[in-house]
Amino acid sequence: MKELTELKLKVLDLLNEDARRSPTLLSTLLGVDVEEVKEAIAELEADHVIVKYAAVVNWSKIEDETVTALIEVQITPERGRGFEGIAERIYLYPQVKSVYLMSGAYDLLVEVEGRNLREVANFVSEKLSTIDSVLSTKTNFILKKYKQDGIIFEDREEDNRLIVSP
Amino acid sequence: MIVNEDTKQQQVKSMSSYLAPSVRDIPPSGIRKFFDLASGSKDIITLGVGEPDFTTPWHVREACVYSLERGMTAYTSNAGMTELREAISQYLLDSFKVAYDPKDQIIVTIGGSEAIDLALRALIVPGDEVLIPEPSYVPYSPITSIGGGVPVGIETFAKDNFKLTAESLEAKITPKSKVLILCYPSNPTGATMSYEDWLPIAKVVEKHDLIVISDEIYAELTYNQKHVSFSSIPGMMDRTIMVSGFSKAFAMTGWRMGYVCAHPELIAAMLKIHQYTVMCAPVMGQVAALEALRNGMEEKDRMVESYNQRRRLIVQGFHDIGLECHEPQGAFYAFPSIGSTGLSSEEFAQRLLLEARVAAVPGTAFGSGGEGFLRCSYATSVAQLTEALDRMGNFLHKLKTES
Repeated sequence: MKELTELKLKVLDLLNEDARRSPTLLSTLLGVDVEEVKEAIAELEADHVIVKYAAVVNWSKIEDETVTALIEVQITPERGRGFEGIAERIYLYPQVKSVYLMSGAYDLLVEVEGRNLREVANFVSEKLSTIDSVLSTKTNFILKKYKQDGIIFEDREEDNRLIVSP
Repeated sequence: MIVNEDTKQQQVKSMSSYLAPSVRDIPPSGIRKFFDLASGSKDIITLGVGEPDFTTPWHVREACVYSLERGMTAYTSNAGMTELREAISQYLLDSFKVAYDPKDQIIVTIGGSEAIDLALRALIVPGDEVLIPEPSYVPYSPITSIGGGVPVGIETFAKDNFKLTAESLEAKITPKSKVLILCYPSNPTGATMSYEDWLPIAKVVEKHDLIVISDEIYAELTYNQKHVSFSSIPGMMDRTIMVSGFSKAFAMTGWRMGYVCAHPELIAAMLKIHQYTVMCAPVMGQVAALEALRNGMEEKDRMVESYNQRRRLIVQGFHDIGLECHEPQGAFYAFPSIGSTGLSSEEFAQRLLLEARVAAVPGTAFGSGGEGFLRCSYATSVAQLTEALDRMGNFLHKLKTES
């Protein structure tokens, strides 16, 4: 594990809050030279610490809603490669949004997104379950997202301060 | 019922004659006036607030809810819950190296405001002079007057970073001077005082036998140096009444949780007033405050780091749009000079509100020395601050083209 400098950690925190912040704004907020910030970002990108800049989207706000399922998968690990090969076979599917190796009652947690229930069900029955090493799957559909990546979707905590106060 | 307008008018007029002159004669607050003006406006970005923009951390709120579920709804002892006073004592020792005995040197109060009121009421007899470095937190002067004291402002200046100097303090002392009220880090200027800054002040305090009320509510919000408590200066412990609370550090303004620490004899006197007026601070708030002290330091540090970032943003922003601003080292206020525009503080703030939709408080609301300045709170999101600075920049440009 690579140890990051304090500056890099602070840059990550600030970009994690809002990825659109410019190096100039970051340099003002952190009180360091803009070139230092640019260098830190470049290194974080090169080291794949920053993997991508993406928006956290509340898809439920859009009429054309998608369906997301968290699928618990039990597998037999492969000799020599353990879970890596199977995980790769699964995560390469574009409809798979994330894959985690888990401790506990099952091995992989696979997040799958589809346009509707049928699409997800087809993926599970035709692609996932048919992989030789897969012993079992248990599909859990997400009914509602309350919080994702630290962001509360329906935040009720409004700024209710007075406009002017002592 | 038919009310005769003349009679009604007469009744209202005569009512004021019942009022204590010490209350009746207090002029309306500059903050209040500006609040009335701002509250009718729409689409305002406010830099006018004297409180954190964070909500009280969830674990603190949850501790309070849980205590209510368990039925903790009774009075506590007058001075406050023993565990809370012990936690405050330990916190002050760890953070600021000042030792107050939780048994007889601490009272938990309803906000820092009650603590200041208790201290002044315990000390002041009519005619006593109370020295107040200005620009200052608004209530010091009126509370002094209500108690029959005479507030005496000591002007501080931008060239000194709004620090109090021994010379200016000495110059205002008369045989009637009794109390000095300090507020560092300062609302509204963001000024702080170092150990070296305090030493000459302490000498004057000792020489003239003053009692000091040290309002340290912003003690946790310092940026380039650790806060130095006035009681930690040699010889000052016994003549200092330290006031603080949970509002600013732990984002708990609405809970009204404060405390006052002093010599046991002073605390005993303040406790008499406290027990006969409020009995004790609300138990819910005390439970929350205890949780904040026990488990809230990490969250507090996170908030302070965020204020520090925004402090840099606003100071840099003022420089970029051409407003001079000393670098505040504490609290969450910047106090830029608007003197270069030729407008008075009040006129500038009013036009900024009406024409640029940015609310900031005119420096004159904080007493002498505030003319030519504006108090801008940076306890507001980065996005809002950026937008406010843009609007202020455009407003200044417009002022220039007008002239």
